[in-house]
Amino acid sequence: MFIVLAFMFAGIVAGYLLRNRKIRFQNGLILTFIWVLLFLLGLEVGMNDNVVRKFASLGFEAAVIAIAATFGSIVAAKLLWGRIPKSPSD
Amino acid sequence: MKGSLIILSFFATGLLLGLFRSIPASWVSADVSFFVLCALMFSVGFSIGHKPDTIKQFRRIHSRVLLLPLTTIIGTCAGVLVISVFFKHSAAELLAVGSGFGYYSLSSILITQYKGAELGTIALLANIMREILTLLFAPLMVRWFGNLSPIAAGGATTMDTTFPIIVRTSGKEFSIVSIYNGFIMDFSVPFIVTLFCSL
Repeated sequence: MFIVLAFMFAGIVAGYLLRNRKIRFQNGLILTFIWVLLFLLGLEVGMNDNVVRKFASLGFEAAVIAIAATFGSIVAAKLLWGRIPKSPSD
Repeated sequence: MKGSLIILSFFATGLLLGLFRSIPASWVSADVSFFVLCALMFSVGFSIGHKPDTIKQFRRIHSRVLLLPLTTIIGTCAGVLVISVFFKHSAAELLAVGSGFGYYSLSSILITQYKGAELGTIALLANIMREILTLLFAPLMVRWFGNLSPIAAGGATTMDTTFPIIVRTSGKEFSIVSIYNGFIMDFSVPFIVTLFCSL
């Protein structure tokens, strides 16, 4: 579990060490990895009869979470906004 | 938008192939995904470490506004905790889902790895919906909850997908805040998701 985070840290260090070199391809690389992983995720979900059968109820649960999470964030943002002088940067 | 659609089409393709059992099950082995996931995390870390000048830009932001990612995290967790009583999944599991903050690709991949495809699917759907809610309702959010609210709603997407709508509704003066928020949240998602998945 934490191996995954360790890889991220290793990447941060590597990125920082190479910060003066122009490296553009990492964005394409990230996107490619995401495509592969989402494809594999779709595959895994499609072959999982349990998930497929419950898809509608999972979707409902997801919708409630999304609304609750978003609403919580914007309420918190409103409270923060009320405590700030009107310009966001000095 | 186009980028998100392409990503989702990869998911959809995999879904269809999986439904019709067109691909040998060995392709879905956890080892392959884990290897690619580590490579992804390394690349994500690399792109964060590679841009120290972006961080220097953030010094122009008002000190209280720097707290926005933190208030977003707290607000999200509070909202999810409230509704968690209505569902069978544990609070920690739902908090993990909420901690995607809209970053549907990374959060669903991580959660599937830790907790399985069912919660991973919820994570995918919930975080896509969060992104869509922000895109659709940004103007209303600004009107009722202030200029920071669509940035809070967008969570980890405010550096890319929701950046245009935020600039249009909150104003150009908020573009640096939006980038800052997206940057910090992108960085936080793997940590917080992993944290809640380990509880």
